[in-house]
Amino acid sequence: MLGLTLREVSLALREGKVSPTELCQRCLHFIRKTKFLNAYVTVTEEIALKQAEQAEKRFLKGETLGPLDGIPIAVKDNFSTASIQTTCASQMLKGYIPPFNATVVQKLLDQGAVLMGKTNLDEFAMGSGSTDTIFGPVRNPWGYSRQYQERCAQNPEDTKDSSDWLITGGSSGGSAASVASLTCFASLGSDTGGSTRNPAAYCGVVGLKPTYGLLSRHGLIPLVNSMDVPGILTRSVHDAATVLGVLGGHDPKDSTTVPEPFKPFSLPDEIDVRNVCVGIPREYHAPGLSKEILAHWTKAAELFEKAGARVVEVSLPHTQHSIVCYHVLCTAEVASNMARFDGLEYGHRSTIDSSTEVMYASTRHEGFNDVVRGRILSGNYFLLKQ
Amino acid sequence: MAASSAGVCTACTIFRLSGRYWFSRTFSYNNNFSSRNVQTTTLHCQSQPQTKRKTDPRKWVGVVGLEIHAQIHSNAKLFSESGVHFAAPPNSLVSYFDASLPGTLPVLNRRCVEAAVMTSLALNCTINKKSLFDRKHYFYADLPAGYQITQQRLPIAVAGSLTYNLLVRQKWNQVVTKTVRIKQIQLEQDSGKSLHDDTRSQTLIDLNRAGVGLMEVVMEPDMCCGEEAAAAVRELQLILQALGTCQGNMAEGQLRVDANVSVHQPGEPLGVRTEVKNINSARFLARAIDYEIQRQTDVLESGGWILNETRSFDYKSGRTTPMRDKEGLQDYRFMPEPNLPPLIVYDNKTVPAHADPQQVVNIDQIRERLPELPNVRRSRLVEQYGILPEHSFTLVNEDGLMEYFVSVARETKAEPRKIIGWIIKDLLGLLKQHSLNVSQSPISPMSMAELLNLLEAGTVSSSAAKQVFQELWKGAGSSASQIVQKLDLGLLQDRSTLEQICRTVIDSHQEEVRAIRGGNKKVLNKLIGLVQRELKGRADPVQVKTILEEKTL
Repeated sequence: MLGLTLREVSLALREGKVSPTELCQRCLHFIRKTKFLNAYVTVTEEIALKQAEQAEKRFLKGETLGPLDGIPIAVKDNFSTASIQTTCASQMLKGYIPPFNATVVQKLLDQGAVLMGKTNLDEFAMGSGSTDTIFGPVRNPWGYSRQYQERCAQNPEDTKDSSDWLITGGSSGGSAASVASLTCFASLGSDTGGSTRNPAAYCGVVGLKPTYGLLSRHGLIPLVNSMDVPGILTRSVHDAATVLGVLGGHDPKDSTTVPEPFKPFSLPDEIDVRNVCVGIPREYHAPGLSKEILAHWTKAAELFEKAGARVVEVSLPHTQHSIVCYHVLCTAEVASNMARFDGLEYGHRSTIDSSTEVMYASTRHEGFNDVVRGRILSGNYFLLKQ
Repeated sequence: MAASSAGVCTACTIFRLSGRYWFSRTFSYNNNFSSRNVQTTTLHCQSQPQTKRKTDPRKWVGVVGLEIHAQIHSNAKLFSESGVHFAAPPNSLVSYFDASLPGTLPVLNRRCVEAAVMTSLALNCTINKKSLFDRKHYFYADLPAGYQITQQRLPIAVAGSLTYNLLVRQKWNQVVTKTVRIKQIQLEQDSGKSLHDDTRSQTLIDLNRAGVGLMEVVMEPDMCCGEEAAAAVRELQLILQALGTCQGNMAEGQLRVDANVSVHQPGEPLGVRTEVKNINSARFLARAIDYEIQRQTDVLESGGWILNETRSFDYKSGRTTPMRDKEGLQDYRFMPEPNLPPLIVYDNKTVPAHADPQQVVNIDQIRERLPELPNVRRSRLVEQYGILPEHSFTLVNEDGLMEYFVSVARETKAEPRKIIGWIIKDLLGLLKQHSLNVSQSPISPMSMAELLNLLEAGTVSSSAAKQVFQELWKGAGSSASQIVQKLDLGLLQDRSTLEQICRTVIDSHQEEVRAIRGGNKKVLNKLIGLVQRELKGRADPVQVKTILEEKTL
């Protein structure tokens, strides 16, 4: 049951093959069993069961809210969730309980989704491994798969405690792992420079980065305001489209969302790529690319060609500058966005408070890890006029 | 840029010549000393009392620019829906965005944009149809986000002008018109308030004001002294109040002024400027600026130099003192505000066809709806009532006085110029003496009008009218007519009684009569005075004079 896609399990719910509370219980049980993956920061057991109960009542009356009604989901811990701790995997926000829901979270809840918990991430979404977190790194569920273990010729009993585990990629590692480990059917991540797509690839799930401006960022604790988007992680492309349909649209609380009305769409059952032109950027075939990746890339291009799509080589001439530009822009915005964390209104406040300046400095030193502090310093350097 | 104070400021001439020049005499003794000694002399002399100058000083001219922060009169803040009220309980008007909770985003308040456009149009500015928002970073406890959202690169309006008037008392109350250029107007957030509790070594932060919309109006250094600056600010206050975009109450912090002051000699390049902050009223503005101009003049006259620094005005001592600036010059690390798209305002030609009127700001529509501005009001009063420009200036300058005048004019047939005399000299004089506003006047426009009608009708003499006025001021509740009756102040109507009294006075003052017949006309006034005393001022002085003249000549 847990291995089904969102679409399939939604149908099962409607057909009465399984009830929302049963589904919720099974997911919670599985979360407990896969605790060693460290995918969840907070498991919202009571809230989930209550939501499942309410979904069940709706199913019995035949008044379901939509395709997400009764479906267990997980949310990355940098989305604000009312009355539920939101930490961004940082000392700075450990114990911080927001008084409001992020818009995308609210939309999921309004559709009847059942919140399993908040997932682990790199601190403040800075990283691509989900290893720089105060709660310990997230472990890739595939590191515990039979195939991998056979490859390593390891004793299955030892694996859970051994130090030989695989990373999930990041920064939405917890979200990817939660979906890949079948503890939920969809999860929210965030994507600034690949933070949804990267862990999706590592964990073998679908990771969608929606176009900037399509989904609301209100409530998403920002990394880079001009590049962040909420990301969607699911086990099939259809599921991603379903969730996108629920989450897309203008939000008056987010002035960077496009004002045009959003029209949800559904993917056709038979995908026809004959009118699709696929570009393969020549600059991405960079030195140091592993043979295995090159082989898969070529295989994907061939698949498209065989299916009738037009596959052409394209040039993205500024590729060599992209990472440098990204670093400058990212660190500059980070320095700005992190300026609000001073321990005054919320979050961690240092006990060293001989003066306001000292309190600020020690709070920020204690609250942030090296990665965050490093980016703040770089960013301030770039922003200085002199 | 050239200073526009061409020629010497009319109001300043007298001021500039009476300064402290004690140090110049000291300087001549220390001619042979190095410049370091001269500087010591400067410090020494700043504590000396003022003395009058004997020889002609070099002419130093003040150069004053202003940065004015006007709180926008709106229901909600600039980027959040919290309310805007003065003196609300601490931290009761703070939304999640104002508290800088992570994940909150700014949403621009349309009313604030309209207010900025209205103000910009009233100040003859060019409106930038596209303007941008930026972040200005610094760490301070009353700035929760660690940055202020402002418009540094491309503000909403540029290149305007403000025309203001000075009442030059030395030149028989002549009204002099001056202009100051407006460099730009920008929208930005206000910060919260901090209260330093030194006894408990803590600082209390109130975020009610954090995020309130401000219009920063930057005036070019076209002014030369405190009086000009104060007059310019007063005119801006009147304009903002007429528009309704800012209530302009300096005591409540709705209008805050920082002054940029430097001095130089005409023809020479501009001097180093200092910024003067912490000025809490229009009255202190003039004093602070004039003090600073004098301070800088004194320093330069004795060979010292001016530091580019920020100084705070202490209203108790009337001096400016350097503000302790530990970090030296601040680098605000400006960055475009990524959460706000460019602000686009439209006019009739560019507004999109199917635009939601709630979502667009149309400059042309706003221009059509602009209310009557103060200078138009003044011209209209002069034209409509035939009063002098300087009177019109006073009427518009005093809160409520114009309305008072119009109410009185409506109820009486007396000539407007006569009404002006009573309102400006008598009423306003008493109000100022007792530190009262026009709205607190014990004499209502109706009472005033009644008094003037009695005067017009010849029921009282002008001196009697003054007495009635004093009685009305006491506010006992009686009307003008009632007071006239009670105190028996009515003009004597019976000519025969008048003639009788005159005859009595003449008969008992034969010596004076002889003097008058001898050619000394002035003695007649003494007789008139005696008649008036007999009649307790109730006689028409013109009639008395006529009768006495008849009888003595």
